[in-house]
Amino acid sequence: MTKRFALGIFEDEDVLLHAVENVRAAGVKIHDVFSPYPVHGIDDALGIERSRLPIAAFFFGMTGLAFALWMQIYMLGFDWPMIIGGKPHISLPAFVPVAFELTVFFTCHGMAITFFTITGLYPRFKVPVMDVRATDDKFVMAIELDETSSQFPRLTQLLRENGASEVNQKEMTNN
Amino acid sequence: MQHVSAVREPLVTGGKTLHDVTQDICYQVEAKPNLRWMAALSVALFFLGVFFYSVYRTVWYGIGEWGLNKTVNWAWDITNFVWWVGIGHAGTLISAVLLLFRQKWRSSINRAAEAMTIFAVICAAMFPVLHMGRPWLAFYVFPLQNTLGSLWANFNSPLLWDVFAISTYFTVSLVFWYIGLIPDFASIRDRAKGPIAKFSYSMLSFGWKGSAKAWSRYETVSLILAGVSTPLVLSVHTIVSMDFATSVVPGWHTTIFPPYFVAGAIFSGFAMVLTLMLITRVVFRLEDYITLEHIALMNKIMMVTGSIVGVAYITEFFIAWYSQVEFEQYAFINRATGPYWWAYASMMTCNVITPQLVWFRRVRYSIPLTFALSIVVNIGMWFERFVIIVTSLHRDYLPSSWAMFSPTIIDIGLYVGTLGLFFTLFLLFAKFFPVINMAEVKTILKYTVDNGPTYNPSKAHHAPVQTSTPGVPASAPVTYNQHD
Repeated sequence: MTKRFALGIFEDEDVLLHAVENVRAAGVKIHDVFSPYPVHGIDDALGIERSRLPIAAFFFGMTGLAFALWMQIYMLGFDWPMIIGGKPHISLPAFVPVAFELTVFFTCHGMAITFFTITGLYPRFKVPVMDVRATDDKFVMAIELDETSSQFPRLTQLLRENGASEVNQKEMTNN
Repeated sequence: MQHVSAVREPLVTGGKTLHDVTQDICYQVEAKPNLRWMAALSVALFFLGVFFYSVYRTVWYGIGEWGLNKTVNWAWDITNFVWWVGIGHAGTLISAVLLLFRQKWRSSINRAAEAMTIFAVICAAMFPVLHMGRPWLAFYVFPLQNTLGSLWANFNSPLLWDVFAISTYFTVSLVFWYIGLIPDFASIRDRAKGPIAKFSYSMLSFGWKGSAKAWSRYETVSLILAGVSTPLVLSVHTIVSMDFATSVVPGWHTTIFPPYFVAGAIFSGFAMVLTLMLITRVVFRLEDYITLEHIALMNKIMMVTGSIVGVAYITEFFIAWYSQVEFEQYAFINRATGPYWWAYASMMTCNVITPQLVWFRRVRYSIPLTFALSIVVNIGMWFERFVIIVTSLHRDYLPSSWAMFSPTIIDIGLYVGTLGLFFTLFLLFAKFFPVINMAEVKTILKYTVDNGPTYNPSKAHHAPVQTSTPGVPASAPVTYNQHD
């Protein structure tokens, strides 16, 4: 499916932030903003909700901890109990290091997998981008247009007034 | 909105714009490999060959190829293992601990330091795996069922904790590093001309586009990974030190080991970061990003951790005397005055005395002196591990079994070989990956860039010198009114 976008190109993050606020105030829905680095304050300006990833991190960590404790207690305490150095079969203090390491292991890898999955990051042959300069030095605001692009002149004016250095149209397939 | 004090030194010099950053850092990736790089790579590859030959001898003929004897049954292998793991720690300190403390200067050095961590851990892992004698059975260290050859692993053993610590450390560092690389791969991808480069960097960039939502999650994930990596890095060397501390060998059985090893690890790691950065900034012309300020800051961390290590050496001696245990006392007196006094003297000189030179401003801002210092510290830290390991073992409770250790050519080959492996990996990284985190440098650029001229080593530095120490370049005052 082909979609059309109006792309406002900005040179500066502060100009971009004001523009995002003004464009939204004018009742225009912003599809996305692309920037070469994280712009602080853009989440609020765009109305992006606070990420719930930290909650996921906590549960991944707990999973790792529970797994590590279960593994050590089951293996040395129940499945094949052995007397090692005259210590109890289940000697919890000795299980702390592995439990800690697996907590970190599960948190880290769980977070990475979650991040890649929800953000849609995976290796691909070709990456369609709105404007190649968005990973270099430009800030790109993308606004979706309808079939006929009738709003384009109005949007051009709005973006220009808010400091866009150029406004382009771009057709994207399957984006 | 960030506010930076006007008296702060600029983190990036030369009045760089966002585009300049991309240009300067992608230059190395896009340009044809230069002669200096090829020369360095051929030297590294030669030593990699030495490594493979030594591995072949070790695996084919067995551990007897090493200089171990029945008294000194742990020597260069474990020394090298601890040395390499320690070096890795500075990378995680820079990428995680300094991130949590919001030390913005880390931005220019964290990428290369993390790469150093990963390559150092790879080198470290070679030693325990080879010491197994049958490295193809290395999977026995993991808790696997009886039918695969042994009982469940022994979770009471610090050597098994080490397996978990090192594998967690390696994979976590790798993932953290890779997530940081994704936006920069996207920058290279969007500039790439040739089809192979375009294809490879498209694959590597995972389809990153820099959308606001993705950045927001990226920052959350970075913060969480930094949060878990911080205790992780402390735990790794703590567990490495427990390989010794939980034994009953005099000289090893001390409770000071965990903090002492962690400080030593960061100390040697920063020395290695300095060695690598001082070369990288010159070879890849990154003087505007890795400034004298960065070098001075790293020097200061090196001095602090070096002083902690010095205090630990003295504390060990004091406790040996205070314990009134004859064997403990002998172990330490033998360290300092026994047949290995020269190793002990090198350790004390390199690790306790030399870092104190950093108190002089002239030293910590001097590139040649810092370079020399970083090499000396690395040698000293190698000797520290050698002293701890070999001198504690070579004279045990029974004088008839006292022995000396002398390395064979294979021992030396393996050590030098891992240096070859390390530098091969590092040089390949420096050529094909962005050595500086572009996205992160761009975030700090607006607030810390200095509008002076580009760094020029032939001139002292630009514009009026602020501090009056003779011979020490200082940056010009910066106008910060642009963002207020």
